[in-house]
Amino acid sequence: MSQFTLNLLVIGASFALYIGIAIWARAGSTAEFYAANRGVSPVMNGMATAADWMSAASFISMAGLIAFTGYDNSTYLMGWTGGYVLLALLLAPYLRKFGKFTVPEFIGDRFYSPTARIIGVICLLIVSITYVIGQMTGVGVTFSRYLEVSNSTGLWIGAALVFCYAVLGGMKGITYTQVAQYVVLIIAYTIPAIFISLQLTGNFLPQLGLFGTHEASGMAFLAKLDMLVTDLGFRQYTAHHNSTLDMVLFTMALMIGTAGLPHVIIRFFTVPKVSDARKSAGWALVFIALLYTVAPAVGSMARFNLTATMWPGARTGDTYSQPAVSLDSIENDADKAWMRNWQVTGLLNWEDKNGDGLIQYYNDAGAGNEPLAATIADQNLQGNELVTVNNDIMVLANPEIANLPGWVIAVVAAGGLAAALSTAAGLLLAISGAVSHDLIKGTLRPNISEKGELMAARVSMAISILVATILGLNPPGFAAQTVALAFGLAASSIFPVLMMGIFSKRITKEGAIAGMLAGIVSTLVYIFTYKGWLFIGGTNLLEDTAANWLFGISPASFGTVGAVINFVVAYLVSQATEKPPVHVQELVESIRVPRGSGSAISH
Amino acid sequence: MSDRQSSNAYWQANLRIIYGCLIVWALVSYGAAIIFRPLLKSIPVGGTDLGFWFAQQGSILFFIVLIFFYAARMNKLDAEYGVDE
Repeated sequence: MSQFTLNLLVIGASFALYIGIAIWARAGSTAEFYAANRGVSPVMNGMATAADWMSAASFISMAGLIAFTGYDNSTYLMGWTGGYVLLALLLAPYLRKFGKFTVPEFIGDRFYSPTARIIGVICLLIVSITYVIGQMTGVGVTFSRYLEVSNSTGLWIGAALVFCYAVLGGMKGITYTQVAQYVVLIIAYTIPAIFISLQLTGNFLPQLGLFGTHEASGMAFLAKLDMLVTDLGFRQYTAHHNSTLDMVLFTMALMIGTAGLPHVIIRFFTVPKVSDARKSAGWALVFIALLYTVAPAVGSMARFNLTATMWPGARTGDTYSQPAVSLDSIENDADKAWMRNWQVTGLLNWEDKNGDGLIQYYNDAGAGNEPLAATIADQNLQGNELVTVNNDIMVLANPEIANLPGWVIAVVAAGGLAAALSTAAGLLLAISGAVSHDLIKGTLRPNISEKGELMAARVSMAISILVATILGLNPPGFAAQTVALAFGLAASSIFPVLMMGIFSKRITKEGAIAGMLAGIVSTLVYIFTYKGWLFIGGTNLLEDTAANWLFGISPASFGTVGAVINFVVAYLVSQATEKPPVHVQELVESIRVPRGSGSAISH
Repeated sequence: MSDRQSSNAYWQANLRIIYGCLIVWALVSYGAAIIFRPLLKSIPVGGTDLGFWFAQQGSILFFIVLIFFYAARMNKLDAEYGVDE
């Protein structure tokens, strides 16, 4: 059976499963559509949250980010998991007790102000739409690589699929589909990792293999990797290179950004009890950790395998004990077929600059290093000859690099699609909830019937899918940078306002509104100062280099500062304005106590 | 004890547990994995040091333990104050 048929079969089977679940779990009421009738068990909800949370960025990009940077990018691992501790301790149980359907609804009620609610809706829409574009782009890329259709055909197939189960099933359909998608994506991620860990370290568990012994050389695996990359003039893999302050702030921005993402928060509205919300965050993190503790092993081993493919001597002995891989081998050998496959996509490319028939891969910037300097002089090298290696190919190409069987490759493709589709569905639900529940029912037409609201939710979701697909077809050039924006905004606006709403009775509507605006505006201005207004190239006021950054804080880390500004402004303005009314203080009292969450469902 | 006093005491107890958990949360991530990594250099873990292990494995495992600890501790507290569901 050809690889293409195999891909088609595995991906087709996974889609049939998702649609089957969607038909089984159709939503009939708004409570089912927004919150799956609050009947989802904490373990199931944890699994669905994990799929909701782990997007194409976690599945495809993260291991590559770690592979090419090493220790410094541990920030992603800690940042994208540590946020769940904040969720479990500071937000989820109280928002579940509050017992409504959307995040802006809490902001509006707690701060007794429709204006605060609308600002909440605007923050939510900016964050979620930015995010969903990235997912749709990921779907298009994966389809075109594995199903050999054009990018746009792939996108429309993906959009049609999301439409089927998200619009029909709402939160209920999405939850059960996400459980299935989690299973697909975690199998797809761990199988190749286990194979590769066995090959390199003899350890069945990648988490142990990472700190195990590299069998062929007898050295500790990470020490071997450090030696290999420094020999080629790259920075030491396990060492700390970047600013400590920026690393701390970036990790913090990712953590509070994670806790402030609306599509993650609404997942905790689906569990039956307050105590389940706490427990469910723990289960979510267990399922997320299954991928996140494997990712650093995948990254480092992929880096090793890639480098050892280029310098075959490194597999058993010194880096330069054998000549670099030959052009002839790359162009003809069966075990290098993956290089030719990825060259077609433009994500991997090589060029024999000095015409010696060998492809030497090294870091131009590290050319002063011994023994690299000697090699450069010896072989008359004219620059690094592996001219393009995209971070994103590491996970997808991993099974091919390690020569794993065809069915593993097909499963990885299905896993990448599951990761992107499950996140897209969760985001679309958050968007449609904000539009139909907060804008239409909450503000424009309060008398709308439940049936009417359900229809409005479905229509707004269908429109969002259409918008996301069209934006995915013509991705604005800044797709990657906007992720920093999404986290920065969630961190600087949504998280602080929710936390203050729960932990302080004194924060007033004026304080909350001023805090949210100050947080968002400062973060936006800082990011745009270095990245260009609305990310349009050439409009940045200052060049985006560490020397220009305020106190060495990178734009991606500024969400933490924005959050602090939000807290301070909200506190000061609240002190200067009149105390919140008694009924609001009572609302805060009531959400702090778990008892009675069941009755809060009625609307 | 009146209802109000009791719910105040419940909230204060909850805050104490949260503070404790957040201190551990910060120590395993910002502490051991980043700021204090140089101090842990002397403790080797598989080809590198303890700080690296915390950054790529340990912090995540501690986060999981923290959440389940908090959930269990709060269930007990809810029962003590009679506010469980």
